[in-house]
Formats: sequence, structure tokens, C-alpha cells
Amino acid sequence: MARTRRRIPWSDAGFRAATGLAAFLVVGIAVVIGLELFRNSRVPIHEFGWKFWTNKDWDPVNGEFGAYTFIWGTLYSSLIALLLGAPVALGIAIFIVEVGPLRLRRGLGFLTDLLAAVPSIVYGLWGIFVLVPLVRKVETAIAGSRLSNLPIFSGPPYGIGMLAAGIILAIMIVPYISSVAREVLRAVPQSQREAAYALGATKWETIRIVVRYGRSGILGAVFLGLGRALGETMAVTMVIGNSPQISASLFAPQYTMAAVIANEFTEATGDLYLQSLIEIGLVLFAITLAINVLSRFLIWSVSRERRPRPRATPARLPEPA
Amino acid sequence: MTPTELEAPGVTVREPEPRSEDAAVRMETRNLDFFYEHVQALHGVSLAIAENSVTALIGPSGCGKSTFLRCLNRMNDIIPGTRVVGDVLLDDIDIYKGDVDVVDLRRRVGMVFQKSNPFPKSIFENVAYGLKINRTVRRSQMAERVEKSLREAALWDEVKDRLDDPAMGLSGGQQQRLCIARALAIDPEVLLMDEPASALDPIATQKVEELIYHLKTSYTIVIVTHNMQQAARVSDRTAFFMMGRLVEYDRTDKMFTNPGEKITEDYITGRFG
Amino acid sequence: MSTLCAAAVVLALLPLGFILFYIVSRGISALNPAFFTKLPKPSGETGGGMANAIVGTLKLIGLASAASVPAGIGAGIYISEFPGSRTSTLVRFCADVLNGVPSIVVGIVAYGLVVLPMKRFSAIAGAVALAIMMVPIITRSTEELLRLVPVSLREGALALGASRARAVWSVVLPSALPGIITGVLIAVARIAGETAPLLFTSFNNQFWAPGLDQPTASLTVQIYNYAISPYDDWHRQAWAGALVLVAIVLAFSMLARVATRRLERMNVG
Repeated sequence: MARTRRRIPWSDAGFRAATGLAAFLVVGIAVVIGLELFRNSRVPIHEFGWKFWTNKDWDPVNGEFGAYTFIWGTLYSSLIALLLGAPVALGIAIFIVEVGPLRLRRGLGFLTDLLAAVPSIVYGLWGIFVLVPLVRKVETAIAGSRLSNLPIFSGPPYGIGMLAAGIILAIMIVPYISSVAREVLRAVPQSQREAAYALGATKWETIRIVVRYGRSGILGAVFLGLGRALGETMAVTMVIGNSPQISASLFAPQYTMAAVIANEFTEATGDLYLQSLIEIGLVLFAITLAINVLSRFLIWSVSRERRPRPRATPARLPEPA
Repeated sequence: MTPTELEAPGVTVREPEPRSEDAAVRMETRNLDFFYEHVQALHGVSLAIAENSVTALIGPSGCGKSTFLRCLNRMNDIIPGTRVVGDVLLDDIDIYKGDVDVVDLRRRVGMVFQKSNPFPKSIFENVAYGLKINRTVRRSQMAERVEKSLREAALWDEVKDRLDDPAMGLSGGQQQRLCIARALAIDPEVLLMDEPASALDPIATQKVEELIYHLKTSYTIVIVTHNMQQAARVSDRTAFFMMGRLVEYDRTDKMFTNPGEKITEDYITGRFG
Repeated sequence: MSTLCAAAVVLALLPLGFILFYIVSRGISALNPAFFTKLPKPSGETGGGMANAIVGTLKLIGLASAASVPAGIGAGIYISEFPGSRTSTLVRFCADVLNGVPSIVVGIVAYGLVVLPMKRFSAIAGAVALAIMMVPIITRSTEELLRLVPVSLREGALALGASRARAVWSVVLPSALPGIITGVLIAVARIAGETAPLLFTSFNNQFWAPGLDQPTASLTVQIYNYAISPYDDWHRQAWAGALVLVAIVLAFSMLARVATRRLERMNVG
């Protein structure tokens, strides 16, 4: 019998090696990121040590660099984003999974997820030209009222500043928190709802039971949103004012870690300046890493609790004899 | 041939056994039809449930016994696309009538499920949950009621020292008795149990069966079971369902020793199902 | 309570409607053929377009995909074929880590890896940054999809004498292919809109950038530069650019959804 075509030798060892290489690459990238950040921030680490994190000054002219201002700005803006965005996201999740009319559910889910598809730069563009003027109007109104005596409402109503940044971040993290929260609520076993109904619970009392059951997953979803807010660059830098000052006021222009890197990286002169920015990147990386790991753990713990994960394939493929 | 004989040859539907004079009727269905969308799951079921007794519903898988049970406390309402035709009466009031408060109905007709489903709260909080949401009891009396329910469910001695421990930490049998205590706490008049012991080991099953036997002096109990011996052990009356129809309904001792229908006898002796 | 939840939905959809409305209304008025064909004019002058930026974005996406798709799919195959091993758990963990890295940090890393040694900004540097972001997305989605392929398919191939590699290549992969393509499209949609990692890798260019080793204009960076400039004409063009960008991103997302829908209908799982 003649061979009709050349047979390609398929060796399993080669297969494992090739895919293993790709897998190794993924790990390698993650490791390289950490190493590169460290390697390129040696100068300020050496120069400032731990004081880098507590130093409130950012003075490129005099070679004085400290990350405190930016850590403050990042945390403050993210906190506002969470306070505004998390309840809205949870409300949407509950509406879609438990309350809303069936026909609307899919469409609403799609629309909410559409928010996540909008690029950050577009949010920023809209932020500068639409949101900021609106915020300025609101701030002016507040500034004219008795509320301006409170420290969080002090200062001139620029429009650009912490409030605008917080609002835009809130809008951006809603789809992330909401989509995970929806999955968590769907994963709550129906038997919990039935148990509540059978005891005479109303729809809302039952929803409370469901939310309570999925609480760690929902917390994980919120942390995921937090992680996203911490690292967001473009939209924030376009509306926050990029001013390295620490202020409790929502009206004040401030600065975040991601924003300062984006703005000053290409202008940075000298190793100390550039590497200080890179060290800020290192701090940002470490914080978001920790938050993301925590969030995944929380989300994973809900689905583990009740049902074993359904598997379409067995854990181990039988080795060919 | 009657219509039913055409559809299910060999099955004749009997009139329900006339109730004995000293047993009042708590719940009753009259010509109950039930539909999941276009599929009819129950056909003209007429059944009277006597007070302070245990009524067992038996039959092969898919015969409609669980569907029937869930009609009694309107649990099927939470499934979209279901429809009920006919009367379901609790103390002579049709529970499907428009002005009936479903929430209150479910307090009066309680339910225990096949697989125990305690809330992720403490043992105390699980039992107290029904009391809290129905606001039937003052806070000061809550602890008393919780203890009473746990005693009734024969669980008190095992948990009295750890009421604040998580309910999920209990064994399967204990969790099921906890769910029974939780259902009893709100003082229902009727207790529906859907295969309450099917997920339990023999010893736990025995405990639950003893419990049911003792409870019937204060409660009216309807239990779905696929275990014939269990039905024979705990119930006073048994209803045999098949393909959505009530085939036979009689006193348990008579049903199991001298059933009226051939098909009942076949099922009970294990020839099918 | 119901109204609160409904209010939440409205509150979230309101900005979406707002944003889309502004992009479309302001973008369309600024859109003209010149936008797609002309190069940017020097600052202050009107006219001109973003032709090089659009091309640049497509070029960067193409380069990044070429690098990340084989690596991502390969890694995805690895962790789905050898799920128990410690390497797989590690890879999965690293993929999740990479997914969470802020894009600006990726930019820093690409700067150190490519720009510094090359001593210039380049399309390669930008593509590297984008590829780093695409790899974990593709890896995870490939793994999820391969796991959905029924055992019977694999076993059928093995029983006929196929080696493991052959079974995967000729049977498992093809049936998971639509889903894998979806994953790639989702990854592309995600990075098409990225700005931060390009700021100091591919940087920007007012002119065409042939080859791979020159600073390259991209839609996102160009929009950014125009937006923060003081010129009205550039603001207009920024809106037009945003419209085009959103259209590109939505096109890829829609494509991905259609592919998913077809996949469901083809009944892989």
C-alpha cells in the first residue's frame, strides 16, 4: 500500500514541551514584571528607603521624592468610587438576578457590561468636557451654601478635582462589581430561597438571605472593583487636576499614583526622578496584586462552599498505553 | 370506558374513603389539576387530609406527589409558568383565592425539604428566623420558643450548649432535625415533609421517623416518601399516586395488607417503580 | 426596595447613555473623509486627520496579537491538558495576577524591556506592552473552553490510536476553536482602547511610521494629546477619534458575541 501523504510525527514529548514553553512564558512574564520594577527602582530605594512612602514632598527640581501624596490621592479617589459604585452595582445585580422581569434581564446585563467596554480614554474625554462642567456647577452650588464650612467641601469649585475623579471611577467600576456579583447571586443554591419562602418570608426577606449567603463573594466582587479603581490611569488623570497636594476636600485638585506616572514619565530627567516614578509603579503593582488575590480568594470560597465544581473532563486524562 | 381508563388502562380512580367520624379535615383538595406550562402534572386529585394524623403520599418517580405537596403551601408559585385549576382548602378556605395572604399561609402550612437547607447562621438564629420575620413573638420570648422547638425536634440536648455555633457544622441528621425545629418554631398547623429522611443514614432516619410519630399529636403532617416501609411505619393514611392521578387513598394498615387496586398492590410489593 | 434597585439600574445606564450620546453627536459632526486620510496638522492649524493614528492602532493590535495568541493558546492548552500539576496551578495564578496589573505598570515594564535597550520609542515596544496584557486573557478563556469539550471526543480520538498531541490538535482544538476565537476577539477589544501602556512605549508620531522601530501614532494616544490641548479644532477631532475608537471596540465585542452565540448553537459543551 503506497503512502498517500507524509505523516507528521506527533510526539507527546514535543507537545508537552511546546505548550509547556508557552505556559512558562506566562509565568515568566509575571516574574519579569516584578523583577523589572524592582531593578529599575534601585536608585530611589537606595536613596530614600522606607521614607519614600511617608514623604509628602514631590519636588523634582530639588531631587526630593515621596509617594505619600499619590498614595493618599489613589486611596481617596478609590474610596469615593467604592462608596458610590458598590451599592449601585449591587442594586443592579439584585435587580437582574432576583427582582427584574425575565425579559429585561439579559438586555440589562448586556447594557451594564457595555459600560466595561468603553475605553478609559473615552471616559476621560467625556469627563473633561461633560462631567467636569457639571461637577463645577454642583460644587459652585455647594460652595455658596452653608455646607462649604465642612472641610470636605472647602476650596474653590474648580470642577476638576477629587470629586470628578471619584465619580468617573465609580461609573467605571460598576460593571465589574455587578457582573461578578450577578454570578455570585446565581450560585446561591435555590434551596436557600425555598427554605426562606417556606417559612413565610417575603421576597425581600428572601433576598436578604441570598445576599447574606453570598456575602464573601460579593465582598470579593467589591474588592475586584477596588483593584480596578486603584490602577485606573487615563480617565483619572484627565479630571483630577494633577496637583501634588494632600487635601481632605473633594473640590481640591489632587494626584494619584497612576496619574503621576502617566504625566511625568516622559519628562523625567535623571535616574532618580525616573526611577522614583518606577518605584511608585512598584507600589501600585504590589497593592493591586494583594487586592486582586484577596478578591479571587473570596469569590472562590463561595462557590466551593456548597456544590462541587461540575467537570466536563476528568481530572486526569488516561495515559495512552 | 371512562376517559381515565382510556388514558391509563388498568387505573380506575376511586372516590376518596369516607372520613371517619372522629377525624376532622384540616386540608382538602377538590379536583385539583396542575400545569407546568402546557404539561399537566396533576389530574383531578381529590384528597382530604385528617387533622392530627400523618398522611403519606407514595408513588413512582414523577407521579406528581411532590408537586401535589407543594400545592398545599403554594410553593409552586415561585416557579414561573405554573397553573392551578380546582380547589385547595385549608379549614374550608380556598388558599388560591385572590385575597389570601401567601406569606401567612406559609406560616400556617410549614415545609421541610428533602435535603436540609439551614441558613449560614448560628443554630439559634436558624430556629429564630421564622419568628423574627413573622414578628409573632417578642424578643424576650424568643429564647423560650427556640428551646421549645428544639425540644420538639429532639435536638435540644445535643445543641443546648452550642446554640451560637454555626448550623452548617452539624451532621446531616442533626441539620435535618434543625430544619424541622425551624419549621416548628412558627407554630404551623400543618407540616409538609418532602422525603425528609431520604438523604439520611439509617440511625438518623429512625430518629426522624420517631419524631414524626410524636409530632402528630400536635400537628397535621403530610409526608412524601418513596420508601414504602417508612410509609407503613409512620403514617395513619396513605395516598398512592400514579401519573398525576390519585389511585387509592386509605388507612395505611388496610392499604398495605389488603389494597383495593391491583396496581397499588403491584407497586407496594415492588413489582414496579 | 424594588424601586431602589430599579433606580440603581437607571443610575448606571444613565452615564452610558450620556457618553454614547456625546460621542455620537460631537464625533459625527467632526467626522469627514479628511479624518481618515490626512495626517495631523501642526498645532493650531485646522484640518488634518488621524489617518496615521488609525493605521498605527491596527498595526499595534496586529503585532500584539501575533505575539500573544500563540503563547496564550499554548499556555491555555497546557493547563487544560495537565490540570493537576503544580505548574498548571502556578500558571493559572500568574494569569490571574497579570490580568490585574494596571496597564500603566505594564507600560513601565515594556519601557524597561524594549525602549531602554533600543534607545528609542517603537511600535515593537507598544506591541510588547499590549501583548503582555492580552496573554492572560487568552490563556484563561482558552482553558475554560477546552475544559468544556466532552471527554468522549478526546477518548474517541485516543481510542483510534491518536497520540495525545494529535487528539488535541485534530479533535479538541477544532471543536473549541470558535470559543477560542471569541476569547481572542475579547482580548483585542480590550487592548484596542488602551492608552496608558502606549504613552511611553510607542509614544506618538505626527507622521507615518513605516517599519517597526519608530515611534508610532495610535488612536488612543492621539485622542489623549488632542483632548488635553488648548485647541478647539483638536478637541473636535478628539471626539471624532473617540467615535471611531468606540466603533472599533464595539465591532470586536459584537463579533465576539456573535461567535459565542454561534458556538452555543453548535453545541460544543
